[in-house]
Amino acid sequence: MELFVFVCAAIMILAGALGVVLRANPVHAALSMILTLFGVAVMFVSRDANFLAAVQVIVYAGAIVVLFLFVIMLLGVDKAEDLRTEPLGNVQRPLAVVLGAGVLAVLVTAIVKARDTLKFSGEGLNKATVEQADANIRQIARSMFGDYVVAFELTSVLLIVAVVGTVVLARKRKSDKAAS
Amino acid sequence: MILTAVTPTTTWYLVLAAGLFAIGMVGVLVRRNPLIMFMCIELMLNAVNLTFVALATELSDINGQTAVFFVLVVAAAEVVVGLGIIVSIMRRRQQVSADDLSELKG
Repeated sequence: MELFVFVCAAIMILAGALGVVLRANPVHAALSMILTLFGVAVMFVSRDANFLAAVQVIVYAGAIVVLFLFVIMLLGVDKAEDLRTEPLGNVQRPLAVVLGAGVLAVLVTAIVKARDTLKFSGEGLNKATVEQADANIRQIARSMFGDYVVAFELTSVLLIVAVVGTVVLARKRKSDKAAS
Repeated sequence: MILTAVTPTTTWYLVLAAGLFAIGMVGVLVRRNPLIMFMCIELMLNAVNLTFVALATELSDINGQTAVFFVLVVAAAEVVVGLGIIVSIMRRRQQVSADDLSELKG
């Protein structure tokens, strides 16, 4: 059963990722990305990361992809582009594929070589059960608001800076208004 | 039955994440639409998240899952700023291509 879930989710992830790269229409690419994100969420559940699976669906599939679609519609680029006439040299595409295959080979070699060096190091994961359904969330909360509370506070600063920066970027300047 | 005989190990998850990362990297290199390039960056971030979660379970360490949470926050901030930049560039010009944005080329 675990194998079945893994194979299905892996097919979802890889098909969605190939869809993002190969589809000509940006809207189709964004929808393919949702497929990948859901596959990753399934993987999270099968690895007992229930909270992160929920956050993945809400934040990524819910917020980020909607933001992408919103910008695609706003800019009016929701039509298929001709991939062959994109200004690419004849060399770059095969070179990129070769480079990708090389990176994949290096990573897989490293993973397989280092397989036996993994050692149990943490204090153990609490798995969610019927009796204690919130075990995973409790453990993440203890880690986040205990060991990583400074980093957590800094993320709030990051988000404020990002929001203010985007408002400043997207605002129409006075000179633009005068010109138009 | 083979479906119950074999259970996926951590190595399978890591290899899958490596594949996802490689696809995202090739996507950034071959596409010229800035929006699609952004999506490919998200794919690479997801590959890293998958690696974090797989190893958190393998090593019984919750800190891997906490790190994924922070990656999610940073990815959200990055998308907001990046899309803001793309929108403000696209207001000035019609063609959507990363190759056109070469004013700073030496």
